[in-house]
Parts: sequence; C-alpha cells; structure tokens
Amino acid sequence: MHASLPDANSLIAQLADAIAPTLAPDTFIVGIHTGGVWVAERLHALLKCTQPLGTLDISFYRDDFSRIGLHPQVKPSNLPFDLEGRDILLVDDVLHSGRTVRAAMNELFDYGRPASIRLAVLVDRGGHELPIRPDFVGLTIAVPDHQNINLSRLDDGHLTLSLA
Amino acid sequence: MNPQLTPDGRLRHLLTLDGLPRAILTQILDTAESFMDVGEREVKKVPLLRGKSIFNLFFEPSTRTRTTFEIAAKRLSADVVNLNIATSSQTKGEAILDTVDNLSAMHADMFIVRHSQSGAAHFIARHVAPHISVVNAGDGRHAHPTQGLLDMFTIRRYKGDFHNLTVAIVGDVLHSRVARSQIHALTTLGVPEVRVIGPKTLLPTGVEQMGVKVFHNMEDGLRGCDVVIMLRLQNERMKGALLPSAQEYFKFFGLTTEKLALAKPDAIVMHPGPMNRGVEIDSEVADGPQSVILPQVTYGIAVRMAVMALLAGGASA
Repeated sequence: MHASLPDANSLIAQLADAIAPTLAPDTFIVGIHTGGVWVAERLHALLKCTQPLGTLDISFYRDDFSRIGLHPQVKPSNLPFDLEGRDILLVDDVLHSGRTVRAAMNELFDYGRPASIRLAVLVDRGGHELPIRPDFVGLTIAVPDHQNINLSRLDDGHLTLSLA
Repeated sequence: MNPQLTPDGRLRHLLTLDGLPRAILTQILDTAESFMDVGEREVKKVPLLRGKSIFNLFFEPSTRTRTTFEIAAKRLSADVVNLNIATSSQTKGEAILDTVDNLSAMHADMFIVRHSQSGAAHFIARHVAPHISVVNAGDGRHAHPTQGLLDMFTIRRYKGDFHNLTVAIVGDVLHSRVARSQIHALTTLGVPEVRVIGPKTLLPTGVEQMGVKVFHNMEDGLRGCDVVIMLRLQNERMKGALLPSAQEYFKFFGLTTEKLALAKPDAIVMHPGPMNRGVEIDSEVADGPQSVILPQVTYGIAVRMAVMALLAGGASA
C-alpha cells in the first residue's frame, strides 16, 4: 500500500456526504464490476437508498474485445428494476480513460432510456481519452501512465487503495 | 496437437467435444450463463461481434440448430448470412472448398457448418485462413458439439453440478452424433455414471470403451437416474431391418410416465428434437412436468453465443 494514499473507506464516506443532498429518493445506484460494485454497495448503505442496487459487467461492451477477447470471468449484469425514465447514479472505483464508463452507458441504454445518468468515482486518476468527467469524486490524483491505482477488498470486507 | 486449440490453449475452432479439456467446457458454460439475461432485455443485443460476418453453411437441412445459431449471432450484433447449400451451388457441382474460398473472399469471419459427411467441418477448418473460425453444427454420425454443450448447460442449470449424477441416454446411439458429443462432455465434466440404453441393433459395438454402462432393458437402465436423455429415432431406420416397427420400438424403448417413474422422482427428461411423439417419447412425458425440452432450446441460444464470442474474441490479435 502506498503511504500517501488516503483511506478508501473515509473517501467513500466523503463521497456519500457530497452525493446525499442531490440524491432523489427513487434514484437507482448501479456499480460497475468489480471495484465499482464494492463502492456502490457502501454508498447504497450510507445513503440509505431504498431502491435495489444494480450491477453491470461491461465485458460484452468493451471496445478492445476484438484485440484481447472476452474477459475470463464475466459476471452477469443485474439490473433488478426498469430504468426507463429513472435517474441513475453510476459508480466506479477508478476513472482512467473513460472507456469503461462509455461501455457502461451503452449497456444501460440497452435496458431502456434513463432520465439521467450521473457518475460517481472513488478516484479520478487522469489520463482521460473521452469527454467523460465525474459528477462526484472522492480523490483526484495524477497517476503516471506506467502506474496503476487499484482498489482491493480484504477478506474482512475492508477496502484499500494501492499504487503499483 | 488439438486442431481446435491455439498454441496457448484457447479455443480456435469448435469441431468436437472429444479431447476438449474440462476447463474449456466449463469456460463455455460459464460464459453462456452470463449471456442468459441478454434475451430478457429491452434490446436483446450486445455489440461484441459488431462488424463480423458469420456464414451458416448448411449442407443438410436443419431448422432449430440453424435458427438458434442465427439468433445467437444476431444477439452478438454479427452479420449473418444463411446458405442452404443443398439447394444452391452444390447442386451445380461446386466443390466444398471452392464454396468456402468464395465466401472467404467475401470476408467471412466464421463458418457454422452442418454436413451429412463426418469430418466435413474438420476438413474446412484445416483449409481456412488463420483469422477464420469454424463451428461444427453437426457432421454425419460424428459430432454435434454445440448440442452436447447446451445439454450440459441444461443439466447444470437443473442439477447444480455433475459430480453425483446418473445420466441415461436412450435410443439410437448408433446413428447419433448428439449422443457421441454428450458422452464425451459428460465423462469430461466428471459425471460418475453414464448409461446408454437401446436395442443391440442401435448401439455401436464397443460403446463401453467410451466409459458408459450398456443396458438393453429400459426398465433396468432408468432405475435411479437423475437425467434421462431421449434420442430421436429416425424413421428411415425402420426400413433398414434394424427395427421391426415403430409400435414395437415404443413398447420397449419409448419413454412413458410408467417407465419414467423408475428414475428418481426429480429426474429431468431431455430430447435434442425434433421429437417423434409416440415413437421414442410419449406426449404425456414430452409435455409433462419433468420435461426440460423447451428450456433446452432457449439455452441453446446462450450456449451458441458463448461459443461464437469465445472464438471471435482476440482472433484478430
């Protein structure tokens, strides 16, 4: 673990505080596998959201499929609601190129036409390649291209950020 | 070397389940599981194979298999071209590889091949350019791997896993490419007891060497089974002196409610279709609570999506 990185759990708490005043009660929270789901689960609890939590696996929507093939562990997307006309809060752990978020939005639209989508990320590490910016961000940090910032979950459920 | 796998062990073609490692079979089943919900969505499509061209080359007629391959390819956003070659250039005498070369010149990315000759898909797979994949959709008496896989998918969905099961395959195993694919898959996936049940004239000699138990009496064979797979009895077998009559076959090897009662109470009944009601299966069973014959068809789409996605992904690397 990188000494200078803040604690993931307090970042999520700050993120929840920032989101809370703007959150309509019928908003659906949707996390992107895998790290985004962990963050979304925490936000869902902290925000006392009464709607079911949605999860997305964007493997079938990746733009690098023809180069690298299918991800070895595709998890089913699970959107246990009709998102037609609803407000969506899309959650991911790390925003980098923006390609994952693009793929997630494409997938959401295959389920219906949401009224709005807002994006919450735990970390915006820079290196954007698409005009996609978060509406809510826990930590903004410039990470060089050759490095990766990762969220991992320990057996006890504790989330930690690391730089490698 | 297995011609179906790349040097680094990924799926390159799908020609037969014989010799495919358990990890690959499981990967296909797991991938199919994740495709299951696509059919439930508002937009029943994912963009994985956008821009790819898939040619259904059917040298032998088929409705269900061709249709489910077509739906699967379309749900992956591929462009699909159906060729019923029995009614096109083959009748003009064009050689099979000339047909394939012509379609390759039209920038085909994948061929789905059904042919009455065993080995036809292998033959095409050996010939095509490196970026083209071939899927065997049934060749002669040899193999029908996607049917075998969708049967495994069905069993796993209803029974959870393979490790404590007794599975019986009943009927015309001799002429059945489906049965061969099922037996390979069941043994690879670790089913402890696979039985084949049928009259001596319809079981291949030496079938025991495939790791199955042979029964000529249906009542004995069904006792204690978790899964009963009925095979289609092709009418033309009646003519070749292999069987006396459809009525007599039904009496001894047709699946009725009474015979099914010998299997476990929660046994499932499968059939690859098309069914001959009143020959190998009674309507009461085919439409009954233990029948999973229609779910098999639905699962066939997800399984074929998985096969095509795994074959096409990374192919242009």
